[in-house]
Amino acid sequence: MSDFWRYASAILVWPGILCAAPLGWFALWFVRKLTARLQGRKGPPFMQPFWDFMKLLGKRTVIPTGVSAGAFHALPLIALASVTAALAIVPMPGNPVPSLPGDLVLLLYLLEVPVLCEVLAGYVTRSVYGQISAMREAILSLGYNLPFLASVIALAQSAGSFNLQTLQNAPYGPIHGLAAIGFLMALPARLKTNPFSIPNAEHEIVADAHIEYNAAPLALFKLSHALEVVLLCELFAVLFVPRLPWSLPAALLYLMVGLGVLALVTLLANSTARVRLAQAFRFYWLWGGIVSGAAILAAVIW
Amino acid sequence: MSIISRLISVSRRKSPWVCRLNAGSCNGCDIEVTPCFSPRYDAEQIGVELHGTPKHADVLLISGTLTARSRQAVMDIYNQIPSPKAVVALGSCPASGNVFAGSPVVLEGSLDDYIPVDVWVPGCPPRPQLILDGIAKAARMLEEGATKDQHAQSPAAGGGAS
Repeated sequence: MSDFWRYASAILVWPGILCAAPLGWFALWFVRKLTARLQGRKGPPFMQPFWDFMKLLGKRTVIPTGVSAGAFHALPLIALASVTAALAIVPMPGNPVPSLPGDLVLLLYLLEVPVLCEVLAGYVTRSVYGQISAMREAILSLGYNLPFLASVIALAQSAGSFNLQTLQNAPYGPIHGLAAIGFLMALPARLKTNPFSIPNAEHEIVADAHIEYNAAPLALFKLSHALEVVLLCELFAVLFVPRLPWSLPAALLYLMVGLGVLALVTLLANSTARVRLAQAFRFYWLWGGIVSGAAILAAVIW
Repeated sequence: MSIISRLISVSRRKSPWVCRLNAGSCNGCDIEVTPCFSPRYDAEQIGVELHGTPKHADVLLISGTLTARSRQAVMDIYNQIPSPKAVVALGSCPASGNVFAGSPVVLEGSLDDYIPVDVWVPGCPPRPQLILDGIAKAARMLEEGATKDQHAQSPAAGGGAS
């Protein structure tokens, strides 16, 4: 198989969009169903995120006056493309893409692109609420990226490589525990769930940064968020769960661990109230900073 | 009818997102909307989601009489909802003005004179079951292409594709 077909199949099929989109819809349904059950409700039908997506595709797009149509349509496409590209380089079992020397750095950059797109979407659409949401998202990303990046960099330092496959096969040490704490601390804010659902606080600012988005562009933003959920859960599993020697059980184990992490995040979301931006920022720079410092120190010493 | 357009019409019935608008209501109908999303009635079972912005909505729930002040806002918000869309009028007020009829600030006639209403939910205030039934009816009309907005948009009426 030539390199072109390897990359094409990784981006389009597994672990790219064709497999990740159903997984993402399943993850969204799982979160909504679990939330409903925890609140004593029945919750949405199994196919609900898929129906939402199809319905949005079938609506007519309304572009607000004074907003460039190019930017309006480009932002969700860029977000979706970057998340898909990031999914394609995660070393899931069966991924046809050969391992690259610095793919972890590439992955970290690609992870930031959807956040940037959402911030730009909030500003571009000229809604006051969207701008507040964009500002909150930009500030929050400065907070949660401290423990997130520190934990990944500490892992890379201890393994002596920025290659995801080397990290995946690295022997376990105390560094893994510290890095996992840092990663899990950043996860609720990355997924914008409850204690840190500050950019999408619908009770305060009506909706999130895509308040003016509708129809197909909104559907693409929702899809890229679903893929982001899958990507972050898979990334946690790849970094912190031992890889089984058999392909299929290994993939299943990764997906199950990802689902478990998602269940924990949902549980946290349902048992906490939203904090203020300043509190969230302080949490990440104080407690996140302590965990980051400990992880980096551990990486340097061991 | 191709499979994609069939899927899209089914999805219109399965996922009606709702935007709530108080055009001058006594708040009675709005209080009856809230329990629809509580554990007892749980509108999420039929795919209903409450959205604060009309841009995300498919179904507009309007409660209350139309007043001289709210008329333009109601029409603006209706126009901001991307097609296809349906309008559900809650309670007696949008239909007739109810006990407020004849007041100098309440507009004469019904809501239908200003924006096309698809489903009327009777009651003062209507029960949550009836409101959910109204939303479900509107969603079915969206699937069948039977809302007034879809009629206006259809090529036969001289509009664009829905």
